Amino acid sequence: MRGIIKFRNWLPVFLLIFFIGCRAQPDRYKNGRLVITYWDKWTGFEAEAMKKVVELFNRSQSRYWVEYLPVSMIERRFLVATAGGDPPDVAGLFTPLVTTYAFYGSLMPLDEYCKKFGITEDNYIPVFWRACNYRGHIYALPTTPTTLALHWNKKLFREAGLDPERPPKTLQELDEMAERLTRRDKNGRIIQMGFLPNEPTWYVTEWGFWFGARLWDGDKKILANEEPNIRAYRWAQSYSKKYGVGAVQNFRGGFGSFSSAQNPFFSGKVAMTLQGVWMYNFIKNYAPDMEWGVAPFPSAVPGLENVTIADCDVLVIPTGARHPDGAFEFIRFVQTQKVMEMLCMGQLKFSPLRQMSEEFLNTHPHPYLKTFIDLAFSPNARFVPQLPIWSQYNDELYNAFDRVWLQLDTPEHALTIVQHKIQKIWNKCYRRLKFMEQHEQKNKRYALWRTLWSPARFDFSV
Amino acid sequence: MTTQEKRNLIKGLIFISPWIAGFLGFMLYPVVASFYYSLCEYNTLKPALFIGLWNYIDLLTDDIFWKSLWNTVYFALFALPLGQVVAIALAVLLNQRCVGRPIFRAIYFLPSLVPLVALAVIWLWIFNGEYGVLNHFLGWLRLKGPNWLGSTTWSKPALIIASLWTVGGAMIIYLASLQDVPRDLYESAELDGASGWHKFLYITLPLISPIIYFNVIIGVITTLQIFAVPYVMTGGGPARSTLFYTMYLYNNAFSFLRMGYASAMAWIMFVIILGATVIITRVSKSRVYYAGE
Repeated sequence: MRGIIKFRNWLPVFLLIFFIGCRAQPDRYKNGRLVITYWDKWTGFEAEAMKKVVELFNRSQSRYWVEYLPVSMIERRFLVATAGGDPPDVAGLFTPLVTTYAFYGSLMPLDEYCKKFGITEDNYIPVFWRACNYRGHIYALPTTPTTLALHWNKKLFREAGLDPERPPKTLQELDEMAERLTRRDKNGRIIQMGFLPNEPTWYVTEWGFWFGARLWDGDKKILANEEPNIRAYRWAQSYSKKYGVGAVQNFRGGFGSFSSAQNPFFSGKVAMTLQGVWMYNFIKNYAPDMEWGVAPFPSAVPGLENVTIADCDVLVIPTGARHPDGAFEFIRFVQTQKVMEMLCMGQLKFSPLRQMSEEFLNTHPHPYLKTFIDLAFSPNARFVPQLPIWSQYNDELYNAFDRVWLQLDTPEHALTIVQHKIQKIWNKCYRRLKFMEQHEQKNKRYALWRTLWSPARFDFSV
Repeated sequence: MTTQEKRNLIKGLIFISPWIAGFLGFMLYPVVASFYYSLCEYNTLKPALFIGLWNYIDLLTDDIFWKSLWNTVYFALFALPLGQVVAIALAVLLNQRCVGRPIFRAIYFLPSLVPLVALAVIWLWIFNGEYGVLNHFLGWLRLKGPNWLGSTTWSKPALIIASLWTVGGAMIIYLASLQDVPRDLYESAELDGASGWHKFLYITLPLISPIIYFNVIIGVITTLQIFAVPYVMTGGGPARSTLFYTMYLYNNAFSFLRMGYASAMAWIMFVIILGATVIITRVSKSRVYYAGE
């Protein structure tokens, strides 16, 4: 009896528990098929559409079993899981994240696989293929894409005495229409606005694209205070100047959340807005009686036509994924025209593939799908700069926008501050990038250490 | 130590080993690791690279760091004293004998139980410039309320006001301590003709001073680390006027992938809080009265 509480009798049990805890997770099999784990961000009907694709894949072959796991805040989870060495086999991200993760080496290049299975640039709408590439390697393949376009409320146009079928063709015209569409109550408070550059706030840092700005030269130089970008910020600032900062801020305070009937566009508080292909679904749910139209958002520069921001959901294989072959098998399956169209139809978007079947185009419920597709093919379809430090750059641009919008600063000054700050950060990053290119094979820690200590760190002049 | 004692010690340690393992794995290791990473260039995806004190040196020239630190200190300087005064005042009021006292106590404590995110959303609407109930009340006083969260001048005061919502916790502690103040002291003071205010100043305050000391220390720690409410309400805006220290730390760690930099920030915050605690302890030494001494 005494032996029961003796430590040495329990030692093997402790050790056993310890080693079970430490044992690496084995390959899992389901009905004799290797399980491929797949994380994605979607919920609701978008997740349902993807689940159907997964089911179809699992039925289509007998070697792999894809397990779909919806994951919120996927960028954080993906980061932690990859850093911890236990990533999923496939993950669904967005294109701006591809750059950052590829830069840090946490995505597997898919060039070999693409070559093996004949997946080439020619299969895709160019802008989406480009967005999946980083420094000459393909790191992701698209799932559902979007482009942005002007959405306008036809009823409000009619009430303001404008032709409801004629959207603005130039930015100047948009400003004039916006003025006619703005109404105030008898106390002078704004009750309706034609347009607001920061409704929604999602794209305020990218208005420069409609003025011909580039934000980055593709190599060494950050272009935050390039003339076209300054003009874009000046244009945005003209709105809070014209209508009054206080009045506009108060008016914005009354806006409800995006996915609700109190969304200012659905409730008729704002007559024109820049939105993506998904807007149809939200209008259907929250403002089914609304009369609306879609057109390319007008640009500020004559000749610069069909400017849009293209963005794409993508599938990637993280570095350290244990079953890359099975993972790519699934990704490849999604890239076939039939499956892709099923997925994109389910999510009410267009397909990133160059070829879209007649049936897909004819039966798609979105009334303005063609406009979005044309925009995607436009040579002026842009995406955010492929900078690994984009989130920081974007944060600085956003702050500059805030300051300019609140009339606390001039566009020139605010953007020059951004320029200096981000250029300095990029210089450091750029040195590392060049270093990595030179020493891609050999990991010379000492030399990398030296680049970080180099006197250039003291260089504040930029 | 006899053999028996040694055995007992070992057994005891084994019995608390789950806690020890948890402490080592989830507390001590992360703390030590974060210190090491604060001396590294570390983005979680690549191995950490030792760079000495560069993160700390870079922080000194980072204007957002200073801005966020200033915002946090500004917030703490107002929110902390205001919170303690309100908590003591409420505790004194709720300590009076009156009808329905338990109900009042429950009402004033209740807001502290509201989840922080729900609270943030409620305050978002209270502060609304157009439809907000606060500006509505100010309108009764013929005052025109500002657009609280849309202006760089008023966003921090708004958050300070909102922080009063959670004084319930401190209030309950004060209430408990008030009941420990011996009644006979008040009675003898009354015999000497002391007024209510004098009784509060010369009897109540000295006797609850250890509790004030405790609440102030806890308050320093929580106000300097404010995160959830402004994160939901303003996200740091407008124009970074409500970007608090922990929010900038969080952005560095998870948005900008600068984990080493964020770790350095965490350690600077630790030193600041430690310093504040030491100063408060020094200053209050002669003013805190312990009945037992």
